[in-house]
Amino acid sequence: MLSKTEYLELDKKIAPKSKEGRTLFFAFVVGGVICMIGQGVSDLFKLVIPAADEKLLGEITSTVMIFLGAILTGFGIYDKIGKHAGAGSIVPITGFANSVVSPAMEYRSEGVVFGVMCKMFVIAGPIIVSGVASSILVGLIYWFVGVAA
Amino acid sequence: MNGGKQTIVFQNKPCVLAGYSIVGPKESMGPLDPYFHKRLRKDDFGQSSYEKAECKLHMSAISGAIIAAGLSPKDIDANIGGDLLNQIITSSFSARELDIPFVGMYSACSTFAQALIVGATLIDGGYIRRAACSTSSHFSTAERQYRYPLELGTQMTPTSQWTVTGAGCTVLGKYGEGSKIYLESATIGKVIDFGISDANNMGAAMAPAAAQTVIQHLEDTGRSVDYYDNIVTGDLGIYGSRLFLELLESEGIHASAKHKDCGEMIYDKKQRCPQGGSGAGCSSVVFNSYFLHQMRSGSIKRMLLIPTGALLSKLSSLQGETIPGIANAVSFCVEE
Repeated sequence: MLSKTEYLELDKKIAPKSKEGRTLFFAFVVGGVICMIGQGVSDLFKLVIPAADEKLLGEITSTVMIFLGAILTGFGIYDKIGKHAGAGSIVPITGFANSVVSPAMEYRSEGVVFGVMCKMFVIAGPIIVSGVASSILVGLIYWFVGVAA
Repeated sequence: MNGGKQTIVFQNKPCVLAGYSIVGPKESMGPLDPYFHKRLRKDDFGQSSYEKAECKLHMSAISGAIIAAGLSPKDIDANIGGDLLNQIITSSFSARELDIPFVGMYSACSTFAQALIVGATLIDGGYIRRAACSTSSHFSTAERQYRYPLELGTQMTPTSQWTVTGAGCTVLGKYGEGSKIYLESATIGKVIDFGISDANNMGAAMAPAAAQTVIQHLEDTGRSVDYYDNIVTGDLGIYGSRLFLELLESEGIHASAKHKDCGEMIYDKKQRCPQGGSGAGCSSVVFNSYFLHQMRSGSIKRMLLIPTGALLSKLSSLQGETIPGIANAVSFCVEE
């Protein structure tokens, strides 16, 4: 029989690969559409509340997009989008909502505390940890640089 | 062993008395649909959790097979069963409902062969009269244990396989109980690891084990592949089957004309399961439906069934371990 190295080489050579053109295209289109919807929401609120500044508009838009991501997950639509879009639907903030809501739904059979609450952040947890950690780091740099100036 | 390095040769022709298969909605949309005994319309089977649904599937397969054999649970001396869930809860919880002594089994998706070998050996040795050998798997319970929540928007990789929702059970009995299909020999596989570490490429992880078992079986029995009408692997999938055949070719064994793979057969290409099906239920539902039918109708006289298993856990994958594979082979004959 083939040796281990020969086998691993064979696997590398003939293993079916992702169709990159197709996956990149769908990721680009779906990711772009999600961002366009976000921009649309922002513009709409600008019309409704003319006094709102950029910061407030950004906050409202994120909230609406998170809501949409969560609702689509609940109705079992977001995972179907993700099947085709890949990173196009994972990277936007709607994907973050999907990664929190989907385990909450999945583990509800283990009860509210040990199921929903404990498992809600199994996927989103690392994003939150790295977000908080890097903001501390950036804050420290900013503080030292600020003091020096 | 009495038949060579890794092979047992049965002396008293333990027989297949009956088989039963029950599958989920996706499987019943595949090409093997006409052969299955029962199909679910919804994969929760009317239960409050998927684990309970799998348990009910498992139990239904066992009782279905016992009824199909014209027997009742008291006629069965042992239920030998297994599944993929941690601590094999599906099989042991379904055994809780059945009044049959239980032997729990695990060798991942190769469990069905392990159950058949233990059952046939006990019958062949005269220790028991009949055994119900059962295995099951469920897409939704396997996904949450090995991968991600169902509603998470992830993409399947090109080498990944879809876990079969289904359960199968074979009732084995002594020779002379009216069945012509008997187990002739079995080869117990070695655990083989060729260094594949991608948990989404299980076909490649299992192919070396399957090839080793087949090569050893042929050596032990002094046969060539021509002896068999079909060499049937469990769930190597399309790509894993290709590697399996390449490995056999490197030993000068040309098996492509005889080879079939249960995982490859169970789904249609249009069903978007990149490499086909997998799971402990895969080989057992396909064997108990399609292949048992082919043997009964006489179109297959001799077949070698080789369910294949990838012996990984979520923990071992995260710790960077490679994936060991196992394959056990069971040889079936139809008496003329």
